[in-house]
Amino acid sequence: MLKTFPIGGVHPPENKLTADIPIEYLPVPENVIIPVSQHIGSPANPVVAKGDTVKVGQVIASGKGFVSANIHSSVSGKVSKIDLAPDSSGYRQTAVFIDVEGDDWLDTIDRSPDIVRDIKLSPEEIVKRCLESGIVGMGGAAFPSHVKLTVPSGKKCDVLIINGVECEPYLTSDHRLMLERGEQILAGVTILMKALKVDKAMIGIENNKPDAIAGMTRLAESFSGITVHPLKVKYPQGAEKQLIKALINREVPSGRLPLDVGAVVHNVGTAHAVYEAVQKNKPLFERVVTVTGKGLTKPGNFMVRIGTPLVKLIETAGGIPGNTGKIINGGPMMGKAVTNTDVPVVKGMSGVILVPGEESVRERIRPCIRCAKCVSACPMNLEPYLLMSLAERNLFERAEAERVTDCMECGSCSFTCPAGRPLLDYIRLGKSNVIKMARQRNLK
Amino acid sequence: MSNLLNVSQSPHVHGKESTQRLMLNVVIALIPAFITSVFYFGAGAVIVTATSVVSCLLFEYLIQRFVLRKPISINDGSALVTGILLAFNLPSNIPVLIIVIGSFVSIAVAKMTFGGIGNNPFNPALVGRVFMLISFPVQMTSWPVPKGFGTGYLDAVTGATPLAVIKEGLKNGEPISDLIARIPTPSQMFLGDMGGSMGEVAAIALLIGFAWLLIRKVITWHIPVSVIGSLALFTAILWLVNPEKNASPMFHILAGGVLLGAIFMATDYVTSPMVPKAMLIYGCGIGIITVIIRVYGAYPEGVSFAILIMNAFVPLMNSYIKPKRFGEEVKNG
Repeated sequence: MLKTFPIGGVHPPENKLTADIPIEYLPVPENVIIPVSQHIGSPANPVVAKGDTVKVGQVIASGKGFVSANIHSSVSGKVSKIDLAPDSSGYRQTAVFIDVEGDDWLDTIDRSPDIVRDIKLSPEEIVKRCLESGIVGMGGAAFPSHVKLTVPSGKKCDVLIINGVECEPYLTSDHRLMLERGEQILAGVTILMKALKVDKAMIGIENNKPDAIAGMTRLAESFSGITVHPLKVKYPQGAEKQLIKALINREVPSGRLPLDVGAVVHNVGTAHAVYEAVQKNKPLFERVVTVTGKGLTKPGNFMVRIGTPLVKLIETAGGIPGNTGKIINGGPMMGKAVTNTDVPVVKGMSGVILVPGEESVRERIRPCIRCAKCVSACPMNLEPYLLMSLAERNLFERAEAERVTDCMECGSCSFTCPAGRPLLDYIRLGKSNVIKMARQRNLK
Repeated sequence: MSNLLNVSQSPHVHGKESTQRLMLNVVIALIPAFITSVFYFGAGAVIVTATSVVSCLLFEYLIQRFVLRKPISINDGSALVTGILLAFNLPSNIPVLIIVIGSFVSIAVAKMTFGGIGNNPFNPALVGRVFMLISFPVQMTSWPVPKGFGTGYLDAVTGATPLAVIKEGLKNGEPISDLIARIPTPSQMFLGDMGGSMGEVAAIALLIGFAWLLIRKVITWHIPVSVIGSLALFTAILWLVNPEKNASPMFHILAGGVLLGAIFMATDYVTSPMVPKAMLIYGCGIGIITVIIRVYGAYPEGVSFAILIMNAFVPLMNSYIKPKRFGEEVKNG
């Protein structure tokens, strides 16, 4: 029996159309738009001005406070302006606009293809390097990695968990990275282990990627303390709490962090970025993005410079099919619908999905038949039908008592509902009101 | 770009399940029981089922069209299921007019007055059936003897159900061993060769339907297993204490409407609890109340009443019985 998390979960059609397509370098675009806030936490402060010349890998905005991240230029050229630009969810935020000239990298970056396994940096230096290099979680949430590598006093980490699950349908960027950069990922895992001072790392990979499981298992033999674990295919296994439960059977208490049960979780993409930052002195300015969709002529996995407009990426993949009804940044279960194809690729963007028109509209909402399928689908064992009805009636105190804030917005409830009810939409409404209430209580 | 994109919140994909598909699967699961009812009771089974289905659909349509003036939703399949289940709870020789009245009570009174699908506190088919049992006690308790296609409809030969034979006999002080000789053998009962409501007799057909519902994930095992399990346990205790005064648990499971009730009536989504723990309590309640009515009550059969009684507790259970949430009380290591 393959391991998995015990409660709830769904199995949406996998549609991994690009699993067999190798990573291709996308040509450097003529101009890039690099937002200063690509991570959870405070936006970075721009440190360049209009007219400045920048090189690839140069810091253009520096992190503000502990929970923040540096932003680096992904191209060489001239800063044309610092202005507001819409991000993929449509909000306007500060970004550095750069006109590309050539492809001139900082000399400090090691561009040789050799794989360096020997770690020269001390644990503290590794954390510092991650901070300087702007490393954030590459799985989608974009949480600054140095924060997760800093274990507060009184807490202890005994196992590092590496997320190679990629449970979202369509996405294959982590899958391709494991196949093509397995050794670098494992070297990155060893670096993370050193930083966290643990001697054990477990890589969880869902069983729909047997080639990645086989490849990583073979490579892991030459690294000490790293084991690879095949997992049953079930969404949302890539969620931290679910992955920890599946791999080491520990349950992160409500409102707490993985560190409270002695675990830290990093994505395989993050491990790869950490390797490049620590061993190659290469900051985070490019990433793998899956561009996919049923109508796309040349879908693929592309190594893209941060700040590249989505439209460039989509053009390389064959252009927007005529019947496209929706474009999703991320996976179909948790990704965001984009409002504009000129928005830039950011650090947390793992995929772009072009959805045909007929699949892009929601079903008609029908009455709840109380079938309880949402209850059995919820991986947190909440009662989505109840949370929705409480939010509809503005009963936020009761929603709080029913633990609406434990919801991680995986969407399994809405996916499952036979009546096509927008459960998660209302749960989000409930959550945001409960969080607002809690904040006001704290102010008093 | 000139084309406008759709924007909505995640998730952007939806599973293939729908109310209609779920109801269709219930209808498929009821087909074996329909076939056996025609096999044992002939044309009457067809007439009763057709009348009940048509009138349930018609009443729902008329009410939505002319009273509520709302969009018509009879194609969601729920009135179809109610119609079939009501018919399965009736003797195959019941006059058409009584069926129409029962269907009216099921749909108009028990379902639409509460707001239609999803809002009714009591199982509509059972409300209709119990209304008919109280209003037309003679017609509702004259059970045709299974004679296949020769059973006839209104002129069918009738006889007592096994439950009634046992109940009546025990009341007259006859020992159970004598009574057992007068009822069908367990294998006959398993195959459905006995008097009773037309859809409840054949255990084998109902179990096939149960398997289908589980395979298609329409229902979970919790309610049927807890109903049958608690009923078996309770009757086993009575039987072991005094085998001369009580029938065996096997008899209680095969006779009457336990299987039909446990698999198809108690599991009605709208009127059963939302979390597994509550489903088990609800199921056990039904099992125990059924035995109490059968053994100590005035009626030989009590499944319908037991389900309706437990339906009344469902809102309470939904409010107070909560699933153990992930990360709620954590014991690690």
